[in-house]
Amino acid sequence: MIEFINTTKEFHVGQATVKALNHINLTIQKGDIFGVIGFSGAGKSTLLRTVNLLEEPTSGEVLVNGKNLTKLSKKQLREEKKNIGMIFQHFNLLHSKTVFDNVAMPLVLSGANKSKIAAQVQEVLTFVGLQDKAHRFIDELSGGQKQRVGIARALITKPTILLCDEATSALDPQTTKSILALLKRVNSEYGITILMITHEMEVIRDICNRVAVMENGQIIEEDNVLHIFSAPKQDTTKNFVQSVVRNEIPQSVYEQLNVIDGSKRIYNMKFIGVDVGQPVVSQVAKKFAVDVNVLFGNITELQGIPFGHLIVELVGSATEIQKAFLYIQSKNIHMEEVVAHEGEHTDYHQRTVGYAVHG
Amino acid sequence: MKVSTQIIINALLDTLYMVSISLIFGAILGFILGIVLVVTRKGHILENKIIFSIVNPVVNTLRSIPFIILLVAIIPFTRLLVGTAIGTTAAIVPLVLHIGPYISRLIENSLLEVDEGIIEAAKAMGASPFQIIHKFLLPEAFPSLILSVTTATIGLIGATAMAGAVGGGGLGDVAITYGYQRFDNVTILVTVVLLVVLVQIIQSIGNTIERKLRRVA
Repeated sequence: MIEFINTTKEFHVGQATVKALNHINLTIQKGDIFGVIGFSGAGKSTLLRTVNLLEEPTSGEVLVNGKNLTKLSKKQLREEKKNIGMIFQHFNLLHSKTVFDNVAMPLVLSGANKSKIAAQVQEVLTFVGLQDKAHRFIDELSGGQKQRVGIARALITKPTILLCDEATSALDPQTTKSILALLKRVNSEYGITILMITHEMEVIRDICNRVAVMENGQIIEEDNVLHIFSAPKQDTTKNFVQSVVRNEIPQSVYEQLNVIDGSKRIYNMKFIGVDVGQPVVSQVAKKFAVDVNVLFGNITELQGIPFGHLIVELVGSATEIQKAFLYIQSKNIHMEEVVAHEGEHTDYHQRTVGYAVHG
Repeated sequence: MKVSTQIIINALLDTLYMVSISLIFGAILGFILGIVLVVTRKGHILENKIIFSIVNPVVNTLRSIPFIILLVAIIPFTRLLVGTAIGTTAAIVPLVLHIGPYISRLIENSLLEVDEGIIEAAKAMGASPFQIIHKFLLPEAFPSLILSVTTATIGLIGATAMAGAVGGGGLGDVAITYGYQRFDNVTILVTVVLLVVLVQIIQSIGNTIERKLRRVA
């Protein structure tokens, strides 16, 4: 568990004082995969670094498993740091050493004996899938393999906390996926609490259970991932959510509205934490005298729960469309009518069929 | 050529003796000063304003004194240290004081080239300052350090030519006393060729080791 209590960090740049962290209050529970997202300069990197005292807070406290690390002696602090693994955007591995020696380093520093080191290195290398690369040098590896070495090095001291500093930002999307899957295993198999910072909402979507959004050294929004994705409150949060969940209506749908007659209506069905698997669309077509055309869809998965939206066109008489609409809503699916927009794509979203007046 | 081959060979041996002994002591001095210059600077692992602001100007001062001046200026110190101010061994003291600070600057540059992320990773895993230097900075900078020492060695060969001023001998001394002062161009040519070959050999060895260490084909 990591607790930030009124954590503040100031930097002095010439005469000016910059507040990189401005009274942060945040709790990361044991077992969380906690994501902190923000643009460059938001302070998220500083936040992460106060956990293992790469940055010391100017005021306030950071408690790691209840301990304030600034109160420890140097020796105790070194011991405590073994409990906090860290991986980096640029891996920060030693090019002069082999994979084995890089991974073994934390144990070498604490004076472990050779046979213990060899056994543990073998174990973590197998976990990250690099058991056959032990005697390669770092420069011979791909980016994804380098990050696996970084993860193995972080795991070798059997920490309870793993800090990830933009761990996938230097990797291509395919490799990012595989590293995220590995981090998920780190969390589920070893029960390690993960605190990660990123500027990529995909990363949050793919593995985090909680997320905090940072801006100007403050946490502007914090919640579980499903809530943040389904009901973002701050503009910055909305922007991040939209970067992965395209919830604006595509232009082609609006163009359809221009040629629409009285017998058609276009709706935006939003699935949030409901079983998308249920065959709503086909049921509607069977139960009511309406045809259902799917115009556009975007369904993603958060924490194993489907999340997204589907834009459908209902064709039929006004009363049948109304019945179909009520039926879909009774299935706990939020549904809004798409109406012609005046310049902006966002005009549609307050309208529902009850008081739709167009046409 | 008006000098015997034996004189040339002895001179070559003197040069090699002066270079190797002063390189060993100069490198020790240079490594210590270079590491101190890096780790005590602002924001580094052992930031120490007092030590840095003493060592930094001392290194600069020693580096700005022309070697020929240094050679004669520290004669009392040399006599104190090795019991004589004349001869090959006596030349080694000023050579060390000359090359040590020079090596320290090269070492400083090499160590500063090491990615700060490496130091951050070391701190994150709880390495002590000594461990950071010993297990992270020096191994990472090692190929570059080899090139630095190679450069310093070649600078040292140049400096030994002036050792003749205190009767230090060596190829440079032969070139001046036998060649230049007696108008013996052949002797000058022979000594210069020998020095060129020596420099080439040392540079090649340095490059080879560095490439091996970097594992470049």
